[in-house]
Formats: sequence, C-alpha cells, structure tokens
Amino acid sequence: MKKGYFGVFGGQFVPELLIPPLRELEEACAGLLPARDFQEELGGLLRDFAGRPTPLTLCGALSRELGFSLWLKREDLLHTGAHKMNNTLGQALLAKRMGKSRLIAETGAGQHGVATAAAAARLGLGCAIYMGAEDVERQSSNVDRMKLLGAEVIAVRGGSRTLKDAINEALRAWIVEQADTHYCFGTAAGPHPFPTLVRDLQAVIGVEAKAQIRERIGRLPDAVVACVGGGSNAIGIFHPFAADPQAEKVRLIGIEAGGSGEPGCANSAPINLGRPGVLHGQYSMLLQDPYGQVLPSQSVSAGLDYPGVGPEHAYLASEGRAQYEIVYDEAAVRAYLRLSEKEGIIPALESAHALAWVLDNRQAFARGAQVVVNLSGRGDKDMGIVARHIRAKGGTA
Amino acid sequence: MNTPSLRRRIEEANSEGRMARIPFLTAGFPEPSRFLALLRELDENGADVIEIGVPFSDPVADGPVVEEASRRALEAGVTLPWILESLRRVSPRLKAGLVLMGYYNPFLQHGLRSLAEESAKAGVQGLIVPDLPLGEDGELRGVLEDRGLDLIALVGPNTDAARMATYAEKARGYVYVVSVMGTTGTRAALPPEAEATLERARGVFSLPVALGFGLVDPGQLAGLKNPPQAVVFGSALLRHLDEGKTAGAFMAPWLGAANRL
Repeated sequence: MKKGYFGVFGGQFVPELLIPPLRELEEACAGLLPARDFQEELGGLLRDFAGRPTPLTLCGALSRELGFSLWLKREDLLHTGAHKMNNTLGQALLAKRMGKSRLIAETGAGQHGVATAAAAARLGLGCAIYMGAEDVERQSSNVDRMKLLGAEVIAVRGGSRTLKDAINEALRAWIVEQADTHYCFGTAAGPHPFPTLVRDLQAVIGVEAKAQIRERIGRLPDAVVACVGGGSNAIGIFHPFAADPQAEKVRLIGIEAGGSGEPGCANSAPINLGRPGVLHGQYSMLLQDPYGQVLPSQSVSAGLDYPGVGPEHAYLASEGRAQYEIVYDEAAVRAYLRLSEKEGIIPALESAHALAWVLDNRQAFARGAQVVVNLSGRGDKDMGIVARHIRAKGGTA
Repeated sequence: MNTPSLRRRIEEANSEGRMARIPFLTAGFPEPSRFLALLRELDENGADVIEIGVPFSDPVADGPVVEEASRRALEAGVTLPWILESLRRVSPRLKAGLVLMGYYNPFLQHGLRSLAEESAKAGVQGLIVPDLPLGEDGELRGVLEDRGLDLIALVGPNTDAARMATYAEKARGYVYVVSVMGTTGTRAALPPEAEATLERARGVFSLPVALGFGLVDPGQLAGLKNPPQAVVFGSALLRHLDEGKTAGAFMAPWLGAANRL
C-alpha cells in the first residue's frame, strides 16, 4: 500500500507549506513514539492522570431484556469525560519531545478542546483552541472549561462557523506557527500521519477491551459496536480486532449519525450517504454536492456532526471488514434515556448512537451473544440538548 | 494560430524589460454577470496571464479575502462547468494566457479527463492546485500533460532544496513562489524570507519564477536586488473590485516604470 494510504483512501492533500511539519511529525511517530521511555511515560500519564484502564461493565438489566450480553467499554470514566484524552496526552507528550512549546487544536462540541487544554496544562505547553463561532455560543460551558485550563479559545467566523471551519482555521494557523507549535488533531482523519497516529493512540481502548472480555468470558466477543463521526473512538476499539487474524469472526459495526431522519435531511453519514472526495488533507468518504463542494452536516450529537470520516473506516467499509449503519437523532435520544434509567449510566449522545443500534436491532445478534459497545463519553453535557429535543417532540422532560 | 505557452508569455514580458503581470480573479466575483467583462478588462490592461479562482467551500490555503470571495461566488451559483463554458466563449478574444487555480475536490468530482479536455477547449493552459503537493499530483499531472496543459508547481520558504529539485524535474509553465509562511492576503511589506526563497527557487528551476501571496503594488518589490520574472496579485485585486473600482485602475501602477526587471 502507498505510504499514508488505507487501500485507496488517505493521503496528504495539503498546501506545500504544511508538508515539512507533517514530515517532522512522521519522523517523530517513527522514532520517538515507539521508544520504551516514551511508552512508559505515556502509560504513566494514562494511568495516574487520566484513569486508565477504564472498566468493562456488563449491563445486567438490558442484557436480560435483550437475550444477549451487552458490555460497555467505559471511556466515559476517563478524565475530562471522553476517550479524547488518550489522543491528546499522547500527542502532547510527542509535541514536547519534538521540542514544541505550544499546541493548537480544533474542536466542535468542545470535548477535544477540553482534552487538549488539560493535556497542555499537565505538560506545561501553551494552548489555543479553534472553535466555530456558532459552537462557541452553543457550548459555552466547554468554552469556560478550556479557559479555566489555561487555553485561549479562538472563535472562527469563516464558512459555516462549525467544526469543519475550525479545522480549516487551525490548518491555516499551523502554516504560520509550525516552528514552535504542534497541531493536536482530534480524530483519526486528516492528512497522513494523523489517521495512523490517532488510531495508534486510541488503540489502547481495544487492547484493554480485548483483554478484559477474555478475562471475563474466556473468549473474544461476537461483535464490537462504536459510533463514527471522524471515527477515533471506533478505530481505537476496532483496530486491535481488525489487525488480529484470530479475531476475524468478531463483527465490527460502526454507527453513523443520520440526523433527523426526514427524507433528504442533512446528516453526518458519509460512508452510507456520501461519495469519495478530498477534504482536510485526506481522500475518504465525504458529504458533498455534485460539484464537489462540501455539504453542511447535521446531528443531534455535536461530536458526530462532521461531513467527512477517517480514511481507515472508508477502507474497512470498502473491504467489508466492518459494517456501517445509520442511527437517527430520535433513536439516539431514546437510548440515552434508556441506559440512564436501566443501568445508571448517562451516555454521551455520540455513544448513544452505537447503543441505539444494538437496542433496536436485537435480531442481529444470536441469543447468548457477547456484544461490546464503546461508551466513548459521558452524557451530562447533553442534558440540555436532550430536554430540548423531547420538548420539541411534544413530550415532557 | 500559434498560442504562446505560459512560459513563453512570461519570457516575452521579460524581454520587454519588465515582470510579467498575473492577476488572480475568483470566478464570478463580485458578480457572475461581470465575469467575462472583468476578464476582458484585465486583458486589455496588461495582464500576461490571468489566474482564475475556482471557488471551493473549504479553501485552507487562503486568507479571509479569497475565502469570502469564494463563499460569495458559490452562493451566487458559480460551478466549474459554468466557469469552463464561460471561458470557452471569451478566450478567443483574450490575449492573456489562462490558468485555473482551485482545490482538488471540485476538479476530482468533475472527472480529471473531462477536466483536461474541457480546459483545453476553453483556452486554459495550466492549473494550480494548492492542496495537491508533490506525491499526490501524479495522476492529474499525467492527464493534463496528455492535453498539453501545465500543472504549475507551488513552493514556499520551507520547501527544502531536495524537494524543490524533485518539483523542478516535473515542473512546467512557471513556478509559483509563496512569499510568506501563511495564507493568501495582502501584507504591507515582503517578509525577509521572500527574497531568500526566490533566490533558492531561481537556483533550482529553469522555468520563470512568479512571486505571490501578499502583493499590493510594485513598491513592495523595490528593495529586491533580483526581482522575480512574474508577480501574482489576488486579494488586493479582489478587495479593490469589491469596493466598486475598476480592474484597469488596479493594474495601472503595474504598467509604469516601477515594474522593471
């Protein structure tokens, strides 16, 4: 396979001025990252600062209802409330070893921004977060958290003023600031080497889950299910299974956000509803109009609200190694409420998409099957959105 | 009819003792109805080559002026087929060479073969694709060369000697030198790295060198010991047009004595 590609997907479609910092990062990924002392320091940070390993929780009540075992990989319990910290601690440490003094990052809902700000604070790095002006207004509590953690928050007023525009602006800033600044990209997408780097940093989720389920039931699970926006939590839990020939029978199921579900609605499901195209440095599945202009995405869950997807997911889909399904806003909200009531866990609306597919497709699993869902984040942040959603549908919350 | 190549056009300007003038115009900005008239006006006012911006929703190499021009052009319904059709109609009447400058995805979705074919028919002689660096550009370069079109290389202050040399092996037309570590947009003065980058590019490429990103008027180049063979101006022209002024008025300072090699 061509360097930086997964099948035909991936690549480095960036301005020439970004090639040198990407090469510098590639070299760091090859030289610094695998070294024992780096892995030891990162392992220590993940354990003592972020709270790894996260537990694998069996959902007793829901498993009885469903007729198969539903397990949750509890990334919601990681520091700052989502899997994002696995990536930001790794990249922050890498940046520091590369001699960079500062991190920049994009954020949509704010989870990656908060995780970057926390990692920067912990490692003594400066930090600036690019966030669409619209998101700054919608996610003000995360803006406050980032500021509290010492980050500068820069509201992006260009384009559609959301995540994709924040990425554009962070890439532009990186062109100017590359000498002392690392771009801490938030998902397993973007130009090479980010899809591989972020995957390798998030693979700790799958490595742990695999060992934990083996310890509990003495074998591998029948299926692993995760939500897919850019796709970092999903590739993190999929990769250790996809890369293991002995795990070829483990079904990998990625769930894209379908938006409201009305015919022709804006959505965040490029694998199912998009076409291959180039955005943010990569060739992958993309929501676009017939002329190649990127379409605005939509989802009740801000973390999935992105018109592209990481190239390795496009590849796993094209190879048939993973299947990708759609869940709409309504079903995700129902799953959010159901897990909260039945199991005492409030899931992020992102993760609720993955859960919803399992709850609504019990026929897809045999009786007694063992199914692991990546619970990628906690859902306190979504209480207001869920309440508004229920009110809009005429219910009470 | 024997159309001079892009390279030849710049060399002819140089043989007159001046830098070639390359204005950049986002297609359909400020209004699609003015597109052809603006091209003719630039042509009549001394443009040697005109770079036509194909608007894209996510222009990561561009600063706020070009980004906003792209957004407005898209809002007004500008598409690549419309641009190619418009150029096909106007190009027989233009003296200047035409180059399309745009991001890869709209070209890719159009289909690279039909892009090359329709560009050639529309009188386009070259393409600049700012998000298609060396390593990703093989397919487009091959398809364009089959139709006699140039894929123009873009290099900057942080492009090292080895990489410049690899570009030089494949480059055609002219070489676009980015003057600053940044995006498109005007700057009061050329940064110190611009001159060094120009020198390095001249040492590596046998093609004419065009300097872009940040230029407003010829005064900025006064301090250069060794001026480039061509200059590109984009954001300053777009802003000027958006203020309701004419393309001719913008070009005027570049026609005078200040533009000398």
